[in-house]
Amino acid sequence: MSFKTMDYMKLRRFFFTLSSILVILGIVSLFVFKMNLGIDFSSGTRVDIRADHSISINKVSQVMEDLGYTPERPTLSGNNNNFASVNLNEVLTKEQVNTLQNKVQDEFGIKPSVSTVDPTVGRELAKNAFWAVLISSLFIIIYVTIRFEFLQGLTAILALLHDAFFIITVFSLLHIEINIVFIAAVLTIIGYSINDTIVTFDRIRENMKRHKKIRSFDELKEIVNKSIQQTIVRSINTVLTVLLPVIALLIFGSPSIRTFTIAMFIGLIAGTYSSIFIASPLWAVLKYRHIEKQNKKKKVQPQQS
Amino acid sequence: MVKKGRIVSFFVIVVILAGLIAATAKPLIHNIKLGLDLQGGFEVLYQVSPINKGDKVTSDTLHDAVSAINRRINTLGVSEPNVTIEGKNHIRVQLAGVKDQKKARELLSTTAKLSFRDVDNKKMLDGSDLKPGSAKVGFDQTNQPMITMQLKDADKFAKVTKTIAAKGDPDNKLVIWLDWHKGLTYNDEITKSKPDPEFISAPAVQKEIDSKDVQITGNFSIDEANNLRDLLNAGALPVNMKEIYSNSVGAQFGQDAMKDTLTAGAIGIAAIFLFMLLFYRFGGFIAVVSLCVYLWLVIAVFVGLEAVLTLPGIAALILGVGMAVDANIITLERIKDELRSGKSVLSAYRAGNKRSFGTILDANLTTLIAAAVMFIYGNSSVKGFAVMLIVSIVITFITSVFGSRLFLSLWVKSRALDKKPGVFGVKKGDIDEL
Repeated sequence: MSFKTMDYMKLRRFFFTLSSILVILGIVSLFVFKMNLGIDFSSGTRVDIRADHSISINKVSQVMEDLGYTPERPTLSGNNNNFASVNLNEVLTKEQVNTLQNKVQDEFGIKPSVSTVDPTVGRELAKNAFWAVLISSLFIIIYVTIRFEFLQGLTAILALLHDAFFIITVFSLLHIEINIVFIAAVLTIIGYSINDTIVTFDRIRENMKRHKKIRSFDELKEIVNKSIQQTIVRSINTVLTVLLPVIALLIFGSPSIRTFTIAMFIGLIAGTYSSIFIASPLWAVLKYRHIEKQNKKKKVQPQQS
Repeated sequence: MVKKGRIVSFFVIVVILAGLIAATAKPLIHNIKLGLDLQGGFEVLYQVSPINKGDKVTSDTLHDAVSAINRRINTLGVSEPNVTIEGKNHIRVQLAGVKDQKKARELLSTTAKLSFRDVDNKKMLDGSDLKPGSAKVGFDQTNQPMITMQLKDADKFAKVTKTIAAKGDPDNKLVIWLDWHKGLTYNDEITKSKPDPEFISAPAVQKEIDSKDVQITGNFSIDEANNLRDLLNAGALPVNMKEIYSNSVGAQFGQDAMKDTLTAGAIGIAAIFLFMLLFYRFGGFIAVVSLCVYLWLVIAVFVGLEAVLTLPGIAALILGVGMAVDANIITLERIKDELRSGKSVLSAYRAGNKRSFGTILDANLTTLIAAAVMFIYGNSSVKGFAVMLIVSIVITFITSVFGSRLFLSLWVKSRALDKKPGVFGVKKGDIDEL
């Protein structure tokens, strides 16, 4: 069975269950493991160290302790383990930043990147991120409702919230630290996921026009199946072409944007999955319910008069 | 009957574009403004509060503060300083490529409030008694650098010096402070026998001085004296500023991050090109040509907008290529569909273009919504990402819809591709017989 002949509607119960399980898993994970919030959302100092040779966590911790700080969550990355980042709970003053930069340069050869966040800013960033997600969702639902129909707008938003939440779930489970660029990734995925969903909806709209009236759920199922089958190659090829540079960035890119690329990677896969297996089948179920309701109304009304 | 003219014009256009790209690539790349995460530098977000309790920070005081900061930065010689007001009480300063970060940060953070106090820390004179812009560097008898300034009112100075002189030795000191704040006392600073007390100097006043000229001697090096002069002439900040966010990137660190990311980007883009060529054959080739034009246009527009390229911005540029490909894929898949249904190459091309336009429009507009929201709500690095995303979406639309179509139409209308569905990657066996 290939993608072009698969019966997507038949598989809907399986994928609805799978996604429900993933969402529940995400909620549980958020309660148990919580999010690993970087200093951007709280406060403190983050030091990103790049060395001209491979380094060890012990060495990094040692340097921080020598300076009188308690290193929090030191992590190594980079292809030769020549990149490390470490958080400090203190918000360093400019003199302390300077001393730290010089010390790290002496030890590892390259002046590090140091950012400090005061609690007031952290709160503001988190607040802005929340509003950004909410407002863009709102505008997208309005746009889709105008161009398509409300039910499609609703399912598209459900699908994209599913994707955004899936990224959050993975980050929570793997305990990857999130920073402000993570928000940019989630917002991009929101834009991408909706893009993907719309291409399928667009085809459904086109195929619906050829059918004057939907009489049975089977008919609707067939239209949705056909639409997905017709757009699946595009969906897969598109996600592949976007995934190619993301994978290249993951492997060769600067560890400074790793959070971003990991989020993009997960989000792209989730976005394609949800637009194929969740959005359109879910729309079909909701749509048929809506049609049935209207049919009943029509049947009832003549009897009354 | 192949119309060769159209194919010739295709190649002429491609050669002209290639020439244009080759000729402008270098100056364009040199004109890209690099963010501080790519060339090193620092960024500080200050929370602004009034100097006197009870005062309010108005938009006027914020603007005054920004001008004072700009005057100070000018003395540093940073090429692209960026000082912006954010919200009601925040000022963001971005200095990309600044060499001496320590000096720059000190220069920025001090309010440069000069005050003359007695040994009990009572204020006798302050910056507002001085003639603005009158500070100069001079040398005393022992050739030590010193600062000379002029007062607005000689009588006031006479009065102050008279009071101080009357206190008698050792309390007849006129202590000169920069940024005195509560808790700092002359007695503390002097008894600790610090090599470097917090006040600038504490000359003893023997008698009333009836003059407008003030000299400040301290243990200045010539650099310190120059800095102090610049600070005093740039004027005190009308507000107190507290660092609430800072990001400091080493120059080498930034350059390495950029190098890595560009390498990754080049590999990723090459992979996309290869994929398109393998999967869509001739259609893929057309897509690759328009993607090259896309990349060039995005960079040109980005430079034209004087936008600042950040690390997330490079990521957006690379992702943008992926998204620009999408518009091509939608059209090419449509054309393939139409070919499979038995249409001729020309009518498949026409139907494919017509039907894919709405899809591409809807798909890009929704992404644009997300990008616009990011631009409004994002901080600096996210903003850089959002600008790049917006630019790339608009250019995607132009190149993929109009560019690819023009290129493809020249070939299709030349009739060179007639009865060759294989050039779009469609197998003969997949075509429905009509």
